[in-house]
Amino acid sequence: MLDTAKIRADFPILATEAYPGVPLIYLDNAASSQKPTAVIEAMDSYYRNHHANVHRGIHRLSEVATNQYEGAREKVARFINAPDSSQVIWLRNATEGFNLVAYTWGRANIQAGDEILLTEMEHHANLVPWQMLAEEKGAILRFIPFKEDSTLDLSDLPNLLTEKTKLFSFTAMSNVFGTVNPTKELVKAGHAVGAVVMVDAAQSVPHMPVDVQDLDCDFLAFSGHKMLGPTGIGVLYGKRELLESMPPFMAGGDMIRRVGLEKSTWNDLPWKFEAGTPSIVEAIGLGAAIDYLTELGMDNIHAYEQFITNYALEALSEVPGLTIYGPPAAQKGGVAAFTIKGVHPHDIAELVDKDGIAIRAGHHCAMPLHKKLGIAATARASFYVHTTTDEVDKLVESLNRVRRIFRL
Amino acid sequence: MLDESFYREQIIDLYENPLNHGELDPNDFSYEEDNPLCGDVIRIDVRLDDEQRVAEVAWSGDGCAISQASASLLTEEIKGMTLAEIKAFDKDKLLELIGVPLSMARVKCALLSLKVLKSGAYGIPDKGVMRDEG
Repeated sequence: MLDTAKIRADFPILATEAYPGVPLIYLDNAASSQKPTAVIEAMDSYYRNHHANVHRGIHRLSEVATNQYEGAREKVARFINAPDSSQVIWLRNATEGFNLVAYTWGRANIQAGDEILLTEMEHHANLVPWQMLAEEKGAILRFIPFKEDSTLDLSDLPNLLTEKTKLFSFTAMSNVFGTVNPTKELVKAGHAVGAVVMVDAAQSVPHMPVDVQDLDCDFLAFSGHKMLGPTGIGVLYGKRELLESMPPFMAGGDMIRRVGLEKSTWNDLPWKFEAGTPSIVEAIGLGAAIDYLTELGMDNIHAYEQFITNYALEALSEVPGLTIYGPPAAQKGGVAAFTIKGVHPHDIAELVDKDGIAIRAGHHCAMPLHKKLGIAATARASFYVHTTTDEVDKLVESLNRVRRIFRL
Repeated sequence: MLDESFYREQIIDLYENPLNHGELDPNDFSYEEDNPLCGDVIRIDVRLDDEQRVAEVAWSGDGCAISQASASLLTEEIKGMTLAEIKAFDKDKLLELIGVPLSMARVKCALLSLKVLKSGAYGIPDKGVMRDEG
């Protein structure tokens, strides 16, 4: 079990007030996580003592900066068990990962009539890039539906996943339902028909152990800011032979080996995909976040979130008129999307905010999912290592006051 | 420390019992738009009299208490107004009618009805303006 009291002391923002006299209760971790002192200080120290451009200078500072920056890449590689740090591409966020694969691998490999298989519970980041690719190439998008219990309906998989499927991309964990999908089995099924398989790990890497070699996925993308790291840094992992076969994404400095006026040759992995001066301090901050998470232990984090999610689902179910969307706690990560009959989710979020409670309301970048549920929006509370049962109780108390205001 | 007066009684009253709720068919103009961020949808139907003043108005749609109350207050306010007056309707006037402090995100909810109304009004030729131009 995590020592939440000790953990909370590591997050300066958790000691602040949302309004005078109203302590902050931060339950919007699936949108973006808060930062521990270790991350803030690593970034501060880098700018105070070590900053220079990377991969360019002969001088001492540039060497120190390059070592820290590349050291952070090695931390990521170890964290997700990538065979080599050269398969860890720095990007701005997971979204950029899908765009990179769609633009480079997709344009080179997807042809008219080919099929791209997704699911109905995807975040827009793992949907819109493929829509654009399919439109450009005349490819066909297909979708694995979700069932009433918010898990994927795999009964029709043999018809959806066929030798026509060139790419299969799906989320390891839904950002709305919290459903943890059977990632390893789905990767295996994709490979059985010869598809390239990409995993959206934006919600899984921050909250549970992820081993890319065990999953055997071809590509996997996640964002730093959802895992206690800064914004502006994300990761694309890819299998070496695929990454090597792909053309570059952005062009410019650092991604080239030799440049002539008419033609250039590309740098080695991972720098082939990293044009221009990168997000150096953000990478170092993510490295510090990974150290922090590793110290807590990803197994411990996952177990604690199971506990707090289970507690929250039980507590929320006591609120009259409240509907929770998603599977039982054992099958889901730390998010609880819900509606209250008679109150719009925006009104819920605005009113609990007056009690200092930050939750999200809207479609959470998953409009097709909400459309299928027949609702425009949900309210969503999402948890992390510092969430306490007391905070969940305060949410429930606040929701009951919302109901009173709406005369329910 | 929930400020229970935040959602003034009026907002909740209008959410429960909206004014001018419904649809008008036929109408002189009808317009519908949504706020894709929150899924609020508002449609406004207007019938004009011979002087191009608002004779009848009705709104329909789904959304949060603020957007729904705003539609009731706006449609009540514009009865008898000319097209030119509708086009000149100031957003601050509507925010004043709503009368509760709104965060930036919620101002969009509050002003959706006005956006719909103006989009509809601009879609039909204003006889006065046409005469001036002619």
